[in-house]
Amino acid sequence: MATAPRRPPFRPLTRLWRVLSGDTGWKGIAGQLVFAGLLAWLVSDIVINARANLQAQHIASGFGFLAGTAGFSVNQALIRYSEADTYLRVFEVGLLNTLLVSIIGIVFATLIGFAVALGRLSPNWLLARLSGGYVEIIRNLPLLFQLLFWYLAVLAALPNPRQSLSVFGVAFLNNRGFVVPHMEPQQGAGVFVVAILAAIAASLVMMAYARRRLYRHGERLRVWPFALALLIGLPLLGIVLFGVPVSFDVPVLRGFNFTGGTRVTPELVALTIALSTYTAAFIAEIVRGGLLAVPKGQMEAGASLGLSRPAILRLVIIPQAMRLILPPLTNQYLNLTKNSSLAVAIGYPDLFSVFAGTTLSQTGQAVEIIAMTMAVYLAISLVTSALMNAYGWHLDRSQRA
Amino acid sequence: MSGDDTIFVRETLAPARKAPVVTTGIIGFLRTRLFNSPLNIVLTFASAALLWIVLEPTIRFLFVDAVWKGADRTACLADQAGHPVGACWPFIQAKFTQLTYGFYPEDQRWRANLTFALAALLLAPLLVPKIPGKTLNAGLFFIAFPFLAFFLLRGGGLDGFAFYWLAELFGVAWTPSLTRFWLDFSLTTTVVTAAAVWLWGGWLNGRRAGIVTALTFAGIALVIEALQLDRGGLPVVDTRQWGGLLVTLVVSITGIVASMPVGIALALGRTSRIPLLRIFSIAFIEFWRGVPLITVLFFATYMLPLFLPGDFTIDALVRVLVGIALFAGAYNAEVIRGGLLAIPRGQREAANALGLSYWKTTGLIVLPQALRHVIPALVNSFIALFKDTTLVLIVAIFDLLGQLRAAFADPTWATPTTLFTGFAFTGIIYWVGCFAMSRYSLFVERRLNAHRNT
Amino acid sequence: MKYGWLGIVMTSVFLGSLAPANAQATLKAVQERGVLSCGVSQGLPGFSAPDDTGKWSGLDVDFCRALAAVTLNDPLKVKFVPLSAKDRFTALQSGEIDVLSRNTTWSLSRDTSLGLNFTAVMYYDGQGFMVRKSLKVNSALELNGASVCVQTGTTNEQNLADYFRSNNMKYEVVAFATADETIKAYESGRCDVFTSDVSQLYAERLKLTVPDDHAVLPEIISKEPLGPVVRHGDDQWFDIVKWTLFAMVNAEELNVTQKNVGEMLKSNKPEIARLLGTDGNLGQQLGLTNDWVVRIVKAVGNYGESFDRNVGAGSKLRISRGLNKLWNQGGIQYAPPIR
Repeated sequence: MATAPRRPPFRPLTRLWRVLSGDTGWKGIAGQLVFAGLLAWLVSDIVINARANLQAQHIASGFGFLAGTAGFSVNQALIRYSEADTYLRVFEVGLLNTLLVSIIGIVFATLIGFAVALGRLSPNWLLARLSGGYVEIIRNLPLLFQLLFWYLAVLAALPNPRQSLSVFGVAFLNNRGFVVPHMEPQQGAGVFVVAILAAIAASLVMMAYARRRLYRHGERLRVWPFALALLIGLPLLGIVLFGVPVSFDVPVLRGFNFTGGTRVTPELVALTIALSTYTAAFIAEIVRGGLLAVPKGQMEAGASLGLSRPAILRLVIIPQAMRLILPPLTNQYLNLTKNSSLAVAIGYPDLFSVFAGTTLSQTGQAVEIIAMTMAVYLAISLVTSALMNAYGWHLDRSQRA
Repeated sequence: MSGDDTIFVRETLAPARKAPVVTTGIIGFLRTRLFNSPLNIVLTFASAALLWIVLEPTIRFLFVDAVWKGADRTACLADQAGHPVGACWPFIQAKFTQLTYGFYPEDQRWRANLTFALAALLLAPLLVPKIPGKTLNAGLFFIAFPFLAFFLLRGGGLDGFAFYWLAELFGVAWTPSLTRFWLDFSLTTTVVTAAAVWLWGGWLNGRRAGIVTALTFAGIALVIEALQLDRGGLPVVDTRQWGGLLVTLVVSITGIVASMPVGIALALGRTSRIPLLRIFSIAFIEFWRGVPLITVLFFATYMLPLFLPGDFTIDALVRVLVGIALFAGAYNAEVIRGGLLAIPRGQREAANALGLSYWKTTGLIVLPQALRHVIPALVNSFIALFKDTTLVLIVAIFDLLGQLRAAFADPTWATPTTLFTGFAFTGIIYWVGCFAMSRYSLFVERRLNAHRNT
Repeated sequence: MKYGWLGIVMTSVFLGSLAPANAQATLKAVQERGVLSCGVSQGLPGFSAPDDTGKWSGLDVDFCRALAAVTLNDPLKVKFVPLSAKDRFTALQSGEIDVLSRNTTWSLSRDTSLGLNFTAVMYYDGQGFMVRKSLKVNSALELNGASVCVQTGTTNEQNLADYFRSNNMKYEVVAFATADETIKAYESGRCDVFTSDVSQLYAERLKLTVPDDHAVLPEIISKEPLGPVVRHGDDQWFDIVKWTLFAMVNAEELNVTQKNVGEMLKSNKPEIARLLGTDGNLGQQLGLTNDWVVRIVKAVGNYGESFDRNVGAGSKLRISRGLNKLWNQGGIQYAPPIR
């Protein structure tokens, strides 16, 4: 008749002591105190020196400079910006430009990376070798080198505005960028958008319903004609009832450049191409590693079920490989975002170039500006990691169920 | 003959059937790997077309249409040469010394050459697994060589030794002179050797450490005499005159060498149980990994001078090296941590059972195994560091790519093909370096995992 | 591990060999060091540019040599430190260089908020525009809608913005970090116009493949007085740098050239005697020797000679003297008298 074992005594102080010393006793505590003391001395020394040096050089301190007038213009701003705006506005413009190029780069890099990985694993010998060659060449050249190459190659290839390549007469390609007609929303725009969203929602509902019928009753419903009809018909109805949703502002060559329309600068194009192709090479290797890690039996099982190779990849292999691919993929996305700061080399006005570049040389307040820039990049890194971790958690849940 | 229908014996030869489909040899290869389905046929032709579109102009540019001799840009202009001109190799020839040494004075170039010969001499045996004496080799390459390279490349001498620096630190007046230097040196040697013997456990156990220390100091004395460091050393070549491949190699090798101790320290801190150390290491690593390298270089170039007392200047190149060392150290810390975590816990427990302290276990048992395991990953991070040296262009330090851009601005060589020629040349250099390192990493990985491939 | 702690002992080698620099008493520091540390540009023909062997020449370089001649009696004892537009001021503030002679514009904010002093004006310049002749543009007011290449970190960007805004013209700015990148982008056609100080326009034009295809427009949209800069707090050094420049201008006024300075030493004219130190002890009042102007003229000649040789008729740039003529010949170079 043994009694149940009693719970160990709580003893909070002992546990606190153990945790704080990392189980090394008083030597650990003393060592940490010394370390903390040294760290504090170093930090205070740095702060004192910095303050003295800044005062001696008559450089202002504090974040008041953010309210100063910028006085320079920026050649790509996603929000309204003029030279009379403040440095804070410059910061926002730069941040939006960085996010723009990062998001576009991530999308393209993922697409190209997956394609190249699948190519490398293809049974077609030539395609496999070609993809392998792509990865080896791109991975072994510095990114700045590739960026400069694309920028100078892109620029060298394109004609000047007076000899632009025209696309259907409404869009023009030249070495100042790619000018496309600008869409001005008219009266019917709101209704049009609502119609599209409603059509998409209805299609999703229909697809979910069809899947439920399939799993529960084994009936296969053909949903796609209805979804297509809705996607085309509802917006069309909106146009007929409320008028055309957009009017086009066609670009016209006037003097030196095109007026009207929206322009995609060659800097953005070169930066996107360089970042996407570079990161795609690394993503290709990661995806290939993940796909190879899935046991070969899965492929054979899929083949024995009569599935085609693309179907096996899509339904069996890739979902299993995703869990393995996700952490290094996150890493590459972070690298892409951080590498976008190379824009300073080709004059693309991203956060680093306009804020830590021009603003720094105009105001001289290095400490505040560099601290702000580093904080922003850290924040972007943390947010991206958090998003990808959430996706991974979702994958874990769905796979376990 | 019986009328049995189940037995059939042929009386005439059967007609010859067609040979089976060839699946070996060239034809078989073409059939199975390139043209075995409509999709594959399309893919093969598309790939071949792509290959042709990329390769043909490249080879034509680099070799067929290239100009190999000339004195200035007129040799590389299409109307002068009479045919469309490809690469302008005389441009590279003219700029070659600039691309390799920057503005390093010509009569002192032997110093740069000597440094790189030494580096190659020390690195090559380290890379070949069969050659013994790795600890001595590593010690020479990672610790002794950097200081030697510093005095060879930059020049200058030493005013005194440890006691002189201590006196400077505490503001005690000490006029340097030759006799004082050697007095200082011998004093430092005795003190350090005694400390070594004492730290390693007294006369019985620490004798070996003491002898090694004494020998090291003897080596240092030899080097000081050879380079005449006590008498002012070699003429000083300011780091602003360094450029091109010299700077690229200095930055990458220093980055590699300096990031190793930083990485090991951070990795050990991250896996330690002492809370303050762990928290500090995690924060430090995540901070340096979360910001772009350009920001780190800017931070080092503009903020480091602010953090030091007013009359203390640091060389621009040294600032960059500090930034890169910390950045690469943080990345290496994660890699080494992976290696540390892969060592089975039993190793530590066995060492504990033998009575070894934390430092002895880490130093003698855990770290050697962990480092050997992560060599492929470390080489990968070195490849990344080698590529990242191009970023120093942004802080106005002229590495190979920076010197190339400066060379582009020279009007005596301005032709339409100068840009591509320069890019081709430097691209080949970078690609060969990185590719060689990645092949080496694969080689080491295959060796390490050989036991799994049997 | 055994080698690890030796690394600790030897780490301070780096710190030990870095020399601390003094902010005060620059003259004494320069003479003790034996070499003048001079901040220059990274390659601007006519002002400060190295040739293929690393030998520097230019208007700013000549000034540094003159300064070395008066302080060290050897115009060759100069260490040229090439600086970008971004780190030119921090290099001077931190003591890395003794004087900044890098075609730097004198402005109020730079004179006050950076802890630096502008000494005198070496070259009266202004900002202008350069376009391709094929665009058939004759005035800057016809540049509405154009793409303009400019270098960041300079006053040029802000002047450009102000000019186009006040004339109600639109433009696209394409900004790069170094002058080399900017001129390359202009040449490749990325932008129609290149804007910079007019002297830089002429200098950078030399780097183009066909310099004669490009024209500098007549409009000058800003005042850009360029001159040497020193740190706050060292009045003696400030006076020396300032008066070295004034000496070169005065030498030209009194027709003392590199060739005739030997004969001029025997002259009886009181102004020349005072200038060349045969009468009075003006040099010693500065903290230099009495033959300080003789040293300058022997080393680099007078202002006019240096101008001609580097940026004027005797050079590849062929910029006319314009505003930089002497005050009694139609320009505004006016140096206070040496007495």
